[in-house]
Parts: sequence; structure tokens; C-alpha cells
Amino acid sequence: MALPSYATTGQRVGWYAFLTYCGLVFFFLIAPIFVILPLSFSSSPFFEFTREFMNFEPEAWSLRWYRQMVGIASVGDTTVVSNKWMLGTRNSFIIGISATFLATALGTVAALGLSRRNMPFKGTIMAILISPMIVPLIITSAGMFFFYSKIGLTHTYLGLILAHTALGTPFVVITVTATLTGFDTNLIRASQSLGADTMRTFFKVIMPLILPGVISGALFAFITSFDEVVVVMFVGSVEQITIPKQMWAGLRQETSPVILCMATCLVALSIALLTTVELLRRRSERLRGIKLRN
Amino acid sequence: MNETTAGSILTTEGIPLKVSLQKAERRNKIRAILLVAPLLLFILFTFLIPIGDMLLRSVDDSYINTVFPKTFKEYKKWDRQDLPSEELYKTMFFEVKDSEGYAIGKASTRMNYAKSGWKSLLKKSKRKFKKIEEGPYKEQMIAIDKKWADMEYWKALGVMVDATTAGYYLNAVDLKYNVDKEVVRQKENRRIYNHTWVKTFKVSILVMIFCLMLGYPISYLLSTLPLKYSNLLMICVLLPFWTSLLVRTVAWMVMLQQKGVFNNLLVMSNIIADENRFKLMYNETATIIVMTQILLPFMVLPLYSVMKTISPNYMRAALNLGASPLHAFWKIYMPNSVPGISAGCMLVFILAIGYYITPELVGGKDGQMIGNWIAYHLKTTLNWGLSAALGAILLGVLTVLYWVYNKLVGIENIKLG
Repeated sequence: MALPSYATTGQRVGWYAFLTYCGLVFFFLIAPIFVILPLSFSSSPFFEFTREFMNFEPEAWSLRWYRQMVGIASVGDTTVVSNKWMLGTRNSFIIGISATFLATALGTVAALGLSRRNMPFKGTIMAILISPMIVPLIITSAGMFFFYSKIGLTHTYLGLILAHTALGTPFVVITVTATLTGFDTNLIRASQSLGADTMRTFFKVIMPLILPGVISGALFAFITSFDEVVVVMFVGSVEQITIPKQMWAGLRQETSPVILCMATCLVALSIALLTTVELLRRRSERLRGIKLRN
Repeated sequence: MNETTAGSILTTEGIPLKVSLQKAERRNKIRAILLVAPLLLFILFTFLIPIGDMLLRSVDDSYINTVFPKTFKEYKKWDRQDLPSEELYKTMFFEVKDSEGYAIGKASTRMNYAKSGWKSLLKKSKRKFKKIEEGPYKEQMIAIDKKWADMEYWKALGVMVDATTAGYYLNAVDLKYNVDKEVVRQKENRRIYNHTWVKTFKVSILVMIFCLMLGYPISYLLSTLPLKYSNLLMICVLLPFWTSLLVRTVAWMVMLQQKGVFNNLLVMSNIIADENRFKLMYNETATIIVMTQILLPFMVLPLYSVMKTISPNYMRAALNLGASPLHAFWKIYMPNSVPGISAGCMLVFILAIGYYITPELVGGKDGQMIGNWIAYHLKTTLNWGLSAALGAILLGVLTVLYWVYNKLVGIENIKLG
């Protein structure tokens, strides 16, 4: 709603003040994320913009922390270089991808059931299925820590994968149910009356239509697992390092700029995921738009 | 009349239509349940049962009963007036002497919560009891340590005789049982939790208010701009949403620390002197600033989706009828956006109240919330009963809020971008 041409001076001033305020809020949201990007290329061991760095002096800029991150020791560097970061990356991907697959499968099927007209206790069940997103992580971790140690799941990858699956499923349920609202059930009837069995109907008719929702849900589940640190600390063992756990340790103990390098990589990852989800969302809207026109 | 007509209609198999329909309905219902069942069971076993199990710990006091079963049985006969009889001393003596050191250690930690001093007393006694061969035990035990003749210690055992206790819940709100099992307040210097509860609510409410103050205008802007601009600006909201929580916290550490970007900019532009840099890090202010930025997307998304549905014609009509822009906004736009406000505020508050990571990293001593105490007792003091009780109270508050949220907004309407 832009300003009409007959606006008074007061209205104009108000409108521009409003725009400035909004600009500041957007800046508040986005600036901290971009502040760390240049800093990861600094050669200083502290998290600060030095004068040399700001003046683009070559020696103040370096890739030394990136080299340390991937486990290559630079010559004359006294720091003991471990490849904890690479180990963490590997673990994060193993746990994240496994949890994503499980969460997506379970969540999609459950969302299909929840969207059926004759599902009893829909509200209550939905509230239960979403609860892992609402219950504070520290309480979830405490519960899992006690219970999983009873049944021998602590310090195992299986335990971490199951825990992260539980945390990821709400996102899949939410996104897939959202895609299923307004889903034309006549399409299923049409498919069945033309002789397709349940499986064929699911893969050929339902799946292509809900796929955008399923993929967004999967990406949410992935980032949830990839970013999760509290459960990993309580349920996982000391050796089970993941990226966020290593960052946490780094922040609490050594505060090394390698954290900034990893943070930069994670920002790149989140930009990639966000772009994918946005493209999918538009595709989904388009698909459903076409359906409505028919 | 209808019944007979409906009953007379038969399907091709010769079954009454009504029966056949009911059967089909039932089959569909079962099919729906079967689809949901795997996830429901999964959540039950990996999530709900663990949490229930933890909650049981908040009232559980059975361990000590397994270490001193005979003593506690004998204890119930004691009149609590004079020092216990030789019999009670004797059972206590043998149960301390014959138990595993590990079991005594664990039990004495529990006994120390009831009366401090038990732990050292048992540790000392366990060592010295080995030398005692025969009775009478009462005098010999008192000779080892005077505390065995102290009524306070014996009385304190009474708090632990039952297998369940409300003691941890009392501790969680700065109360405790005294040795006579009466509820009293904690000593002045040990009252920490009520203060923390208040702070947790205060921080959550402030974060909620700030999120609303920052989120409402930008949601309004986003919902009124043409789609091609709003999609672009929406990325500013969604990118933080997709960025790792730890990354954002690190970013804020870079921004807010003493020699951080914010202070540097102020010093460089001569607004403040080099020695008067603001202390923005490791305190409550930091917790509030960082949590506001982290939770802002959860406010903007529901607000935006509600504002999208408010037709601009309402405002035009109001302005046309002579309302000033502010008046029109207040009387027309604002009431229409209330569902978004309540959804956003509740979601932000619900998520804020259990925060742990951010206060831990940027809050310092002053910015700690209840989640941090739960973690502290889990990891450091190993007082799991207390952390379970704190968690149970927090969970109770959240369940009420979650229920209200579900009634008000509907859980299926959570927006994820």
C-alpha cells in the first residue's frame, strides 16, 4: 500500500518513518548473520574487526582457520590440529540423513491418516505429534538421557538417530498436512475407479501432488537434526562429536575462529536449503492452482 | 418410517445399505488409524515415555528404602521423643557396615538433602564401623561421632521413610521439609529458584513484547507490498529461521562483546569514549536481545499469514468514511489482526520459556533461566530429583499454554514459512 498522491505532509513523514523503522528491523534480523562471513577470513585469533583487517591489508586476511577446519596444519603453526571438525561433519550428516529418512516416512504416512475425514481424536493426536517441537529441548534431553540409558541406547548412533527423528517428525507432519488441505479426494476415486490399486494410487497420484510438502518437511527435519546440540550432549558419548557440539565446545572453552568458518559454511547451507524450500513452495502453489482451475 | 425404507434398500450382495455403509465407514476409520499408528507409537516410545519416566523421578524416593530397609522398619516404631533404642542403632550399624560403599554414598547424598552433615557422618562411620566387633552399639557409635547422639539427624530420617516425596517440588519453589517434616522456607542464602522463575517469566514476556513491537510493523509492510518485493524481504525473515541457532548466537557474540562490532562502531563515531564501552554481553540484556532476534520469525510468520487475509478495502472504507489513518488502523485493522497477534505471542512465549542454549552462552550469571538450572542439576550436582521437579513444573506451565494455544489458534495452523 504505497502512499497516495494526495497524502498530507504529516502522512508522508509518518510513512517514511515507518519504512525506516521496518528497514532497521530487517537489518536487526539479517546483519548478525552477515557479520561473521568476512570475519572468518581474518588472520586474528579473536572475534574482532582489527584496523588492519578493515584496511584490507593482505596479512590480516587469511584462510588459516579454514585450513585448520578441514584438518590441514599450516607450516609453523603450533596448534595441534585435530580433524574433530571433519569428524563432526561426518557424524552430523550420518545422523541427520538417517533421522530425516525415518522422520519423513513416518510423518508423511501419519499426515495422510490425519487428513482423512474419518480420523477419530484428530485434535488430540495432532497435539501429541507436534509436542516434540513445543517441549523444551532440555526437558526432552533429560527424559531421553534417563530412559535411553535404561535400555542401552545412550552413547549409540541409533539412540541419537531415534531422538532426532522424534524431534523432526512434527515439521514433516505440519508441512504435509498443509499440502493436503484442499487436496481433491476425487483424484483418488478417479484413480481407483480406473483400476489402480492403493500403492499405485499413492505413488502415481498422491505422491506427485504432495511431494513439495514432503520435501520441505524433510529439509526442516534435516536442519533440525543438523542444528541440534542439547540431545547430542546428553544422549551421545564424548566421542560422538557433531558440528553443533563441536561449536558449543569451542564457544565454551577455546573460542577459536574456526567456529566462524564453520558458521560461514552453515550459513551457506541454510541459504541453499531456504532457496530449495521457497522454490518448492511456489511449485506447490502452482500445482494446486492448476488443480483449482480444472 | 425412514428406518424401514432405509432397511429395505439392499446392496447388490443383499446386505441392507445402512449396514454396508457403516461397515465401509468403520473400515475407513481403521485405515486412518493404521496410517497414524506407526508415528504415534514411535513418539510414544522415543519421546513421551522418556518424559513420563523423568517426571516420576521428581517424586521418587525409593532408592534409600532399598539401602536401609530394616532401619526404616525399625524407625517407624520410634516415638521421636528421646534418642532411639539400642535396637535401631544396631540395625543402622549393620546396614551401614554391610552395604556396598557405592550404595551408601548414593543414599547419603539423598540424606544430605534432608539434613546436611549426614554424608560426612556416614563416610566416617562406614570406615570406623569395621573395627567394631560386638555390641552394645549405641555407645560405640556415639563415641565415633557425637552426631549419632543428635536427635536432629535421627528425626531427619523421617522425611525419607516413604517411597515417594514432595520434597523436590518444595525445593523447586524455595521451600523444604524441616526435620519434623513440616514445610518451611529455605534459608535466605539458598533461595534461588523463585527468583529464577520470576526472571524466566520476565524474560519470556519481554522477548514476546519486543518481538511483537518489531514484528508487527514488518508483517504489515510485508503483507501490503506487491508480491515480488515482499517475497524478497521475506527472505530476511526466513534466512535467520533456517540458520543454525548456534551460528546466530556466535554472530551476536561478535556483535555485542566489549570489543565487538556494536561497541566499535559507537567508539569510532565518537558517540561513547573508549573506556565507557557498553556491557552488552554475558548479562540479562544479552539474553533478551539475542532471544528476540532468534524468535522474531515465529512472530512474523503467523502475523503475516493473518494480515494477508485482511482485505485492504476495509481500511479504504474506513478512510473514506472520514476516519483518520490512525483511528482507522486502531478500529479496523488492529482488531482484524488479533488472531495473528495471539498466535505469534503465544508461540514466542511458549518457545522462550524453556530456552537453554542462548542464556547459557550469552547470559552470564545474571541471564540464566530455569532451563539452565535443570541442566546444571542434571550435569553438575546430579540432583536428578530436583531437575525433574523443575522440569515437571515447567512442563505443567507449558501444557496449559499449549492447550490454550490449541484452542485459540489450532495446532495445525503453525506456520513454517
